[in-house]
Amino acid sequence: MEIVMSIVIGIIFGTAIYLMFSNNIIRVLFGTLMLSHSVHLLLLTMAGLQTGAPPVISLEADTYTDPLPQAMILTAIVINFAITAFMFVLAYRIYQDHGTLDLQQLRGAKDE
Amino acid sequence: MTLLHIAVLAPFLFALLVPFLFKYLRKIHTGWFVMLVPLVLFIYFVSYLSTTSNGGSVMERFEWVPSLGINFDLYLDGLSLLFALLITGIGTLIILYSIYYLSDKKERLNHFYVYILLFMGAMLGVVLSDNIIVLYVFWEITSISSALLISYWYTKDASVYGAQKSMYVTVFGGLTMLGGFSLLYVMTETFSIREMIAGSDIILNHELFLPAMILVLVGAFTKSAQFPFHIWLPDAMEAPTPVSAYLHSATMVKAGIYLVARMTPVFGGGAEWFWIITSFGIFTMLWGGLSALRQKDLKAILAFSTISQLGMIMSLLGAGSAAFYYMDGDNALYTTAILAAVFHLINHATFKGSLFMVAGIIDHETGTRDIRKLGGLMTIMPITATISIIGLAAMAGLPPFNGFLSKELFFTGITNVVQYDMWNGDTIGILLPVIAWVASIFTFTYSAIIFFRTFRGKFKPEKLPAEKVHEAPAGMLISPIVLALAVLLISIFPNILAYSIIEPAMMSILPGILSEGTNFHVDIYHWHGINLELMMTIVVVIIGTIIYMTMDKWSKLGIYQKDEDIITTIYDHGYDGLIKGSQWVTGIQMTGLLRDYIAYMVGALVLLMFYTMFRFDAFQFSMNNTSQIQPFMYLILAVLIISIILLPSVKSRMTGIILAGFGGFLVAFVFMVFRAPDLALTQLMVETVSVVMFMAVFYHLPNLTKEEIKPLTKAVNIIIATGAGLMVTLVSISAFTFGQIVPLETIAEYYLENSKILAGGYNVVNVILVDFRGLDTMLELLVLAIAAFGVISLIKLRLGESDDV
Repeated sequence: MEIVMSIVIGIIFGTAIYLMFSNNIIRVLFGTLMLSHSVHLLLLTMAGLQTGAPPVISLEADTYTDPLPQAMILTAIVINFAITAFMFVLAYRIYQDHGTLDLQQLRGAKDE
Repeated sequence: MTLLHIAVLAPFLFALLVPFLFKYLRKIHTGWFVMLVPLVLFIYFVSYLSTTSNGGSVMERFEWVPSLGINFDLYLDGLSLLFALLITGIGTLIILYSIYYLSDKKERLNHFYVYILLFMGAMLGVVLSDNIIVLYVFWEITSISSALLISYWYTKDASVYGAQKSMYVTVFGGLTMLGGFSLLYVMTETFSIREMIAGSDIILNHELFLPAMILVLVGAFTKSAQFPFHIWLPDAMEAPTPVSAYLHSATMVKAGIYLVARMTPVFGGGAEWFWIITSFGIFTMLWGGLSALRQKDLKAILAFSTISQLGMIMSLLGAGSAAFYYMDGDNALYTTAILAAVFHLINHATFKGSLFMVAGIIDHETGTRDIRKLGGLMTIMPITATISIIGLAAMAGLPPFNGFLSKELFFTGITNVVQYDMWNGDTIGILLPVIAWVASIFTFTYSAIIFFRTFRGKFKPEKLPAEKVHEAPAGMLISPIVLALAVLLISIFPNILAYSIIEPAMMSILPGILSEGTNFHVDIYHWHGINLELMMTIVVVIIGTIIYMTMDKWSKLGIYQKDEDIITTIYDHGYDGLIKGSQWVTGIQMTGLLRDYIAYMVGALVLLMFYTMFRFDAFQFSMNNTSQIQPFMYLILAVLIISIILLPSVKSRMTGIILAGFGGFLVAFVFMVFRAPDLALTQLMVETVSVVMFMAVFYHLPNLTKEEIKPLTKAVNIIIATGAGLMVTLVSISAFTFGQIVPLETIAEYYLENSKILAGGYNVVNVILVDFRGLDTMLELLVLAIAAFGVISLIKLRLGESDDV
């Protein structure tokens, strides 16, 4: 399972990077979103999958799945949500002020 | 902290007062206060003469960073004292001179005197430090204060150019020297010069000997303007003349000489040290003399002349290091060169200092330093002319002036090399006296040029910027007169300094090679009988005169017309190339396009990662301990991959949202399968809110368009993206496998065991978040709050017309 997951993660990661190469801010946004998905899965996979019951002690199982990566990923999901929200509003604001979402047209400044 | 430490720090401390003196006591020229510092220090250092003239020395310790062996230890012996007296003595005269040179109405004297005091303190630190790291720090302060003084009139382009150049060259040398010092530390495990001299046997036989020596010498050569690092000195002449006289002829440029003299007991005794220093010195002497002939600016001639004379002293120090090979201090055959070096060091400071001040006076009174415009000043400025005659005659080496005495000794010292029976002294060594002799002819000729072009000939008032030319004010003449008197004094009584200064200095440069209980016995006299040295001087005078008489013929040559140094041309091109090169690199890097930045970052990361995996054989693959795959997972994962892989190609924003949301929900499902119910829950909620939010925002955004991307760029994008994906897969597999192989206990056990006991919770993930790592979670909330503020301000705030980011 871990090997298969590693390949899946690689595919998602590569696609995410490819999306971030785009000149459209929306596509870049999709890219960052996918990037975080792949990293979350990566953290989970590296620790080993399905090594026991869910880490809830009241289940009284012999072994439990490692709770640490899960705690980290949970934090990451929440932070990622905050960043996604911010970036979407940023895209909205850029389009309102500049009338375009094309990074090619947005590059450069007067005093550069 | 002893009185000696305070003496070194006194100029720095006094510098703090200067701005206040300048501001609140405007009626009195600030220089009068500042002059007290070197004057008091000079008297203080004179009191040490009795100690050092008996061969004694003073060591004062002050612990700074004892754990690293870096201590502010001061060591005062004959050599240090000679330099300390030069720094404070000439410093006093220079400040006195500057009081009349720089007007207290127009000039920013507070800046000037702060820089001068900085320099003075740093220079005292250089010559008195026993610890090479402390020495290095002071060394760099002299470079910085020198650059600040050169750019004192910073509105002039030439000043800024000169300051930059001197800064680059000398700081480059300083850093190189630091490298050499580090190697010395590696060899001897001490930063103390005293202890290095004691352990010089280890250094001589160490494999790092040559690199350390060369690195230290680069530092000394840059500071002392030796070929090919001499180019900064002529441009440093943009500084006010007191600075040129002080830093760039009498003291700072001699720091390199000091370092070589100080390090002679450490490195001396080998052929490399002997030949590198002697040949660079003698070539610098020739190059400086030849270049001086082509200059039309009085200060430029003096600058090249200084380069030439520094080369001469340097070559003498090289030749004198042979005494360590023979370990025979009693034989004058080997020690005369060192004697000549010390003696000429003093003489050069006296006559060159006075000549620079004279050049400043001429500039001040006539408004120009161009020898093509000057002439006939002899009758108008008789006192200045007299000082010049004394200084120039000494520089040209005419009897009976002190320059003649040291030049005779120089010839003796350098012809002695021929009699050395090692290091090819008797074969290639013959070149040394020949070059020295030719260079001396140039010295004579440019001395003649300065005198005859400035003071003789026809007075041309119409070419001079000043309206009425007259003799300088008395105050301005005091300092050059004092120095000229010093020249005369040494000329008439050459042995006046022999016992008190020259012999102790020689003892410091050549320690431990005298027979027990004996001293260097210095006896300098004018008449040696008709010998080789005298004949050399006579021929120098004859040929020099002939060259001067036929100067018209030489001045038509192309090489005479161009007065720019070939090395300067190389420096300028290199400098421009460096600027253009970095602009080019920056242009490639900083395109202002997100795509390029991400390409560079991810590309570099991928390459580094693959290199590391390959280099350290870090890829591991094993199927052991992998978990079972439930058949339905294939379907889930296939759908997940398809929904994500389609994302780059969608045109409709709606399809994009649906695909992204779909991917997110599938990830939540995967979490559930992998025994992570909390993650699945959170992911579900976040994904739901996100989709709603996308909908709200997308209503205001345009549809996605097809992008026009060049095929080549697209290919690169695909390659980097594929590489990144592959990298992550490999890292994931390796990390998992290593986790199975390496027998490390997981810290998860602690949380699983203590979750109930310590925190009273059953859900371990939740307990970790809110209890064990509760502070992290709180800060996470802070991030959320910041993002929320960002969102609100992006929606609500609008800039007014005139506002600007």
